[in-house]
Amino acid sequence: MAKVLEVRDLHVSFKTYNGEVQAVRGVSFDVNKGETVAVVGESGCGKSVTSQTIMRLLPSPPSMIKSGEIMFDGKDLTKLDEKQLEKIRGAEIAMIFQDPMTSLNPTMTVGGQITEGLMKHQKMSKEEAKKKAIEMLRLVGIPSPESRISQYPHQFSGGMRQRAMIAIALSCAPKLLIADEPTTALDVTIQAQIIDLMKELQEKVGTSIILITHDLGVVADIADRVVVMYAGKVVESGSLDEVFYQPKHPYTWGLLASMPRLDQSSDQDLQPIPGSPPNLLNPPKGCPFAARCKYAMKICTQEMPETSDVSSTHRVACWLQHPMAPKVEPPAMAVGGE
Amino acid sequence: MSQLQTVKMETRTTSQAKKDVILEVRNLKKHFILGKNQVVQAVDGVSFDVYRGETLGLVGESGCGKSTIGRTLIRLYNATSGSVKFDGKDIYSLKGKELKKFNQKMQMIFQDPYASLNPRMTVMDIIAEGIDIHGLAKGEERRRRVIELLETVGLNEEHADRFPHEFSGGQRQRIGIARALAVEPDFIIADEPISALDVSIQAQVVNLMKRLQRERGLTYLFIAHDLSMVKYISDRVGVMYLGNLVELAESDELYDNPLHPYTEALLSAVPIPDPETARTRERIILEGDVPSPINPPSGCRFRTRCPKAMDICSQVVPTWQEAAPNHWVACHLYNDEAKRES
Repeated sequence: MAKVLEVRDLHVSFKTYNGEVQAVRGVSFDVNKGETVAVVGESGCGKSVTSQTIMRLLPSPPSMIKSGEIMFDGKDLTKLDEKQLEKIRGAEIAMIFQDPMTSLNPTMTVGGQITEGLMKHQKMSKEEAKKKAIEMLRLVGIPSPESRISQYPHQFSGGMRQRAMIAIALSCAPKLLIADEPTTALDVTIQAQIIDLMKELQEKVGTSIILITHDLGVVADIADRVVVMYAGKVVESGSLDEVFYQPKHPYTWGLLASMPRLDQSSDQDLQPIPGSPPNLLNPPKGCPFAARCKYAMKICTQEMPETSDVSSTHRVACWLQHPMAPKVEPPAMAVGGE
Repeated sequence: MSQLQTVKMETRTTSQAKKDVILEVRNLKKHFILGKNQVVQAVDGVSFDVYRGETLGLVGESGCGKSTIGRTLIRLYNATSGSVKFDGKDIYSLKGKELKKFNQKMQMIFQDPYASLNPRMTVMDIIAEGIDIHGLAKGEERRRRVIELLETVGLNEEHADRFPHEFSGGQRQRIGIARALAVEPDFIIADEPISALDVSIQAQVVNLMKRLQRERGLTYLFIAHDLSMVKYISDRVGVMYLGNLVELAESDELYDNPLHPYTEALLSAVPIPDPETARTRERIILEGDVPSPINPPSGCRFRTRCPKAMDICSQVVPTWQEAAPNHWVACHLYNDEAKRES
């Protein structure tokens, strides 16, 4: 399969008064053509920093790309200057943000915000762009787009704004769409509408999607592959079924076991992960999860485990995979309670 | 549906007489006046009971009025009309000593652990504020109680003299819980207590709340939009839509056998973290958005989005009825008379 994006050993830090926060510490993953890759993890795990670094949206200073490369279409995005980036942003890589209330421009009509990109990147005339904008609004399921196009974001509801944002993002038919928590601010019935819309549009347009989320339910619904991040590192990655049905990392087990499921009875106790994530001002030397891990061994606190292959698509960074490590069984709740 | 005979209001006494009602809510309304004759009907005629020692979950989408109910029950708002009885006494006519007693017996845990703790007070003073107001303890005894509470919620003595900004979200929510427990309440209203927390931390807080309920015989009103978590923690669940309660039943019954079309749609929209289930299950995707509570639809408020709407739904407000034992619903589909007429 053709690779659209390759992230290789990316390190991103922020300078603060208290020192350097190492938000992303050696992240690598690929995105293939037409697939949806979900990046999951808790707040502060570096998932949003990774996505914003791909778009190069983080101001520098305070952010710094310490090392690594992001290959897109034969170019290393970390090396491009503002002018070159402008050609890529919106045209080849587009982004949908979490909060539809604050990420649209309140002083511009919705139509104006869609045509802006079309006129800049596709050199369309104003008339053509307007026609295309109406078509896009209709595509994302906004009724009577002809009149909606001249309205302002405050005249749209939350779900409609998120639809409008998707219309803006997809208007130039980007190769890659980054959706950063696209449904977190929405109610469940609206969330279901938006997920359906994204799936449908992906089939039609063939865009690759990076979905940043903390909601494993959304992941199960839409993703082809899953990347699990913890404290700035990728701890496990694999196909959707591999990560959900044969998870190998104790953090992934913890995530799956700490969520109640609607289709299960409530007599099982939830198994929370004790403690909280480490401070990235001064990240631990060994595995970042060791302090919260039930299975931690001596080596876990001393050295970061190598990433090992479980299958050709399934990779995990855990000392339990080492041939000398004891064999442990994941908790029943982590593997679907079967 | 024929076996689901319409059972009218009177039958409730027979089926539920054994249980001890701690809170009785009847036809509660809370309207907010916006001026220019505009009124937001945030809660519009809600009736339910809460039994001693149980957890009643309230779910619904944003703007459905679930938080307004919580705030009205604890008298942060005054009800527009309707009655609320706590331990048999009408809470809106309480005065003086009785009011103070009520304030002690009912406590609240708030959604945002960052905004609900005073940043200028130490944890000790935050937790002890209720103890001071109600004169429950002084000096050494006061300190001993606070430390005991901190240990109960999984913190310890050294945390007592710190300020809220020194804590993580999960720890702050624990402080909020300790504050609520400090005055030894019987009834706790938890308004989205875990939605601001990360998944792995949510389970910690929920397990803590469950343990406290077992140890202290607390009654919870658990308000949330996360249906999986509500099902997990609640004995019974009420579903709200646009200011009305549309369905109320025991949680397994509600999830296995939803009657109201809105409950059905809501349940089918909840993402389930299981790829196989996600691939195979049928989802009901509702069209459109929730209408404005300023000018709600006539008749049944859900009819504009309801896949099963009939003619009568726009004309008559459905009655709140017990369609099956302990299973309450407000929908014309379960009203035989209404069905015949349409």
